[in-house]
Amino acid sequence: MTITTTRHRAGDDWLRNALPKLVLSPSFAMVLIFVYGFILFTFYLSFTDSRILPSYGLVGWENYTKLFSVRAWGIAVDNVLIFGSLYIVICCALGLMLAILLDQQIRAEGFIRTIYLYPMALSFIVTGTAWKWFLDPGIGLQAVVRSWGWESFTFEWIKDSDMAIYTIVIAAVWQTSGFVMAMFLAGLRGIDNEVLKAAQIDGASNWALYRRIVIPQLRPAFMSAFVVLAHMAIKSYDLIIALTGGGPGTATELPATFMYSYTFTRNQMGIGAASATIMLMSIAAIMVPYIWSELREKK
Amino acid sequence: MRSTISKYVTAFAVLASSVSFAQAADVEVLHWWTSGGEAAALNVLKKDLEEQGIGWQDMPVAGGGGTQAMTVLRARVTSGNAPTAVQMLGFDITDWAKEGALANLNEVASAEGWDKVVPEALQKFSKYDGQWVAAPVNVHSTNWVWANKKILDDLGIAQPTTWDELVAAMEKVKESGKTAVAHGGQPWQDATIFDAVVMATGGPEFYQKAFIDLDKEALGSDTMKEAFDRMTVIRSFVDDNFSGRDWNLASAMVINDEAAFQFMGDWAKGEFLKAGKKPDEDFLCFRFPGTQKQVTFNSDQFAMFKQGDKPSEEQKALAKAIMSPSFQSAFNVVKGSVPARTDVPDTDFDACGKKGMKDLAAASESGNLFGSMAHGHANPASVKNAMYDVITAQFNGEYDSETAVQELVSAVELAQ
Amino acid sequence: MSTNASSQIIRTGSGARFVIYTILALFCLYYLLPLYVMVVNSLKPLSEIQAGGMMALPGEWTLDPWKSAWSTAQIGVAATGLKPYFLNSILMVVPAVAISTVLGALNGYVLTKWRFRGDTIVFGLLLFGCFIPFQMVLIPMARMLGLMGLAGTVPGLIFVHLVYGIGFSTLYFRNYYEQFPTELVRAAMIDGAGFFTIFYRIMLPSSGPIAVVCIIWQFTNIWNDFLFGASFSDFDSQPMTVALNNLVQSSTGVKEYNVHFAGAIMAALPTLLVYIVAGRYFVRGLMAGSVKG
Repeated sequence: MTITTTRHRAGDDWLRNALPKLVLSPSFAMVLIFVYGFILFTFYLSFTDSRILPSYGLVGWENYTKLFSVRAWGIAVDNVLIFGSLYIVICCALGLMLAILLDQQIRAEGFIRTIYLYPMALSFIVTGTAWKWFLDPGIGLQAVVRSWGWESFTFEWIKDSDMAIYTIVIAAVWQTSGFVMAMFLAGLRGIDNEVLKAAQIDGASNWALYRRIVIPQLRPAFMSAFVVLAHMAIKSYDLIIALTGGGPGTATELPATFMYSYTFTRNQMGIGAASATIMLMSIAAIMVPYIWSELREKK
Repeated sequence: MRSTISKYVTAFAVLASSVSFAQAADVEVLHWWTSGGEAAALNVLKKDLEEQGIGWQDMPVAGGGGTQAMTVLRARVTSGNAPTAVQMLGFDITDWAKEGALANLNEVASAEGWDKVVPEALQKFSKYDGQWVAAPVNVHSTNWVWANKKILDDLGIAQPTTWDELVAAMEKVKESGKTAVAHGGQPWQDATIFDAVVMATGGPEFYQKAFIDLDKEALGSDTMKEAFDRMTVIRSFVDDNFSGRDWNLASAMVINDEAAFQFMGDWAKGEFLKAGKKPDEDFLCFRFPGTQKQVTFNSDQFAMFKQGDKPSEEQKALAKAIMSPSFQSAFNVVKGSVPARTDVPDTDFDACGKKGMKDLAAASESGNLFGSMAHGHANPASVKNAMYDVITAQFNGEYDSETAVQELVSAVELAQ
Repeated sequence: MSTNASSQIIRTGSGARFVIYTILALFCLYYLLPLYVMVVNSLKPLSEIQAGGMMALPGEWTLDPWKSAWSTAQIGVAATGLKPYFLNSILMVVPAVAISTVLGALNGYVLTKWRFRGDTIVFGLLLFGCFIPFQMVLIPMARMLGLMGLAGTVPGLIFVHLVYGIGFSTLYFRNYYEQFPTELVRAAMIDGAGFFTIFYRIMLPSSGPIAVVCIIWQFTNIWNDFLFGASFSDFDSQPMTVALNNLVQSSTGVKEYNVHFAGAIMAALPTLLVYIVAGRYFVRGLMAGSVKG
């Protein structure tokens, strides 16, 4: 290794101390302006009379009172709670199960892993139509099963206001559960075998081994999975547009589609900004303590 | 680091600019006409301009009947990089004109005599504050019924002219085991039917009051409740699988002898023609029962964005080309709509097109030409979408007509 | 890599193995189904699709939809197919992925090996940036791009993707470098090696696995992005997704589903390829750090 000649001038010392921060500073500055600056801007817009373009006449809390009296917003909030929790829980459960099964020295593991993983590569602009067909009772799963002779088989969730949100969960789980599986699989491969051996000698059953030793050690993988899944759940927009367009009626509206529609299609940017503010505050309320506790523990 | 970035920036700026050969005398056109027929029709315009030495820079953004393009437009204008010309609908034009973003086309308009040939109801959107700000390409009318002639003949159903006749006809079809109404459960489609139903139920004056003047009494009236009741009736004639269906798939149901009627704008005609069906032989087109004299319309227009104090020569040339009778005829024959100027000969149009042109002229003459609420030509986007919410919710059975009327009044109030 | 599988310890009987294989196979079906529908229907003439039978194999196999989607389908006024838009996407994706990976690596390096007061807060702030809904930043971002003179340009698009990708790439590299023995870095410092020398000579050579994870993640997200691509591009820089959207979303006219499916698969091929080729390194990369504490 060639080593740069050591120099001892004060300016160089300063540079050496400041260099890491200098390297980090462009990223930090970008995020400060383009994330936090924009959040402040949006917060400000939510108190203005902005409609088609930002405008700066202040109107107090009007946008927020309007927001909470719009029926669709209530539906969107309910939906994101149902969707988000089901999506995260199912993805984690399924991902963990598949990872454990795939970790049993399976032949063709690489092949199966690729199949599980590939949906993550596709956006819903690409797969939306296929999903829409599949869920459509007229041509999709229902029609196919019926053509096999099971005449009474019914799968009409996407047409049912009460059930449509669950079809969104099915498609969303399809997209990301394989990715979560990969994360858990990586976590499983990192577990220390000595501990397992010791426990096995103590006569623990397979189930107990997993429950008491393996799964607790996957905590970091859960953390990463949670961050990725929460991020996907909040940003789910293409998915809704491709599958249901928010319908039937307004049954599958999510905050992201609500915000987009008020800001851009309805020309009520003020209300859109108010909904974005509420969204961000909720995200912060969930994520900040979580990120914080995870980061502090590592110190 | 910074120097690396700037190197990339320069390198790619060079690359990017070498891909295009942008010139001062080009027009960049933002539109959402990307399907075969429409794009081919627009190509006529492109060629026309190219003959005049003006290049056409195509900026298509499809999706949501233009809503996606409007989002892009907002970003483009905010960044100070507005396209030269933009396809627009109804109140969007007015909204952008209010922002002072549109170029004044009065000079071309007066030279070409647009005032005389464009129907007044259309001018309401093409003009802002007495100035021409957009050139209308077409007039779509939205209160059409598309019917399968074979089913009607087999069941001995005559073309219905009143609501009661329509209900009787739908019942007959339903009893025969076919679907009476082919419909796609998307908000704008629900609203398209509602438009016609309100017009038929309350008449033109009521339509004007409720949808255009947004009169609270009219919105909350018993007539409105009756209109919602009629929507419930129509809902009972729709098949179970209607929700979320695209309109062209609904048209296909009528084409394939599965369904008798579709209530849809004149763009549906293209589907029938492409399937090899002939108007008056295989399918019928007639006005929604009870709106024979009225035409509810929407109109695609091209607005020019300001690039200086005056519109550029290219913008003027584009506006002029759009309004030329030959382009208006060529485009609308393909698109299924009718020309935005009333002096274009109807020779190239089919039976339905000829009927549409006659209806438009007559409706314009007698004051029966109204902007369609469902298509953003009766009230601004915020109100329109608020109405969509209520209409769709009611149609999907989320609440009854009584509640729908109350919801309509409060939703419209919130949106204003 | 299976040398480390915990299954070496935990043994399963042959009956259980049969169940395991069955479950794994069933899930293969679940994951493959949409792709199957797309592929099968992209090889059928339109008339067969209209006749119904979404799952049926083509009666008449045809490649015409693929040819059409590639070079003759109507995207805008010109019937160009998706071909020209591929280049636009590549011009945008490659630099954006490269820069954000390098920046992520540098950030991760600083945040783990050159720690300073408040570094956790800086990282937390970077990370929380991942959660901002993109629809929200559209208008202010457009304004900023305009001010920077990058509106409607490829560098502008690259910049936007860089800004909103930096959180995740920093997360990946930081978690990875956290595992990296700090003693090695210390030793090099004592030897007088500078900041960049250590990064270049010590950190980078061992960063392969996590770089793969980061590249896959960024490539997929940027290639598949529609919102930014549509809003911040010009007529001559529209990416693939916008063209695909124009193909699929055409508002009126007959929907050529077979061409749509062919185009959709085509648009997805680069990302699919990245997953298939780099997939094996992917789990290895994740394993090597990003999901470990």
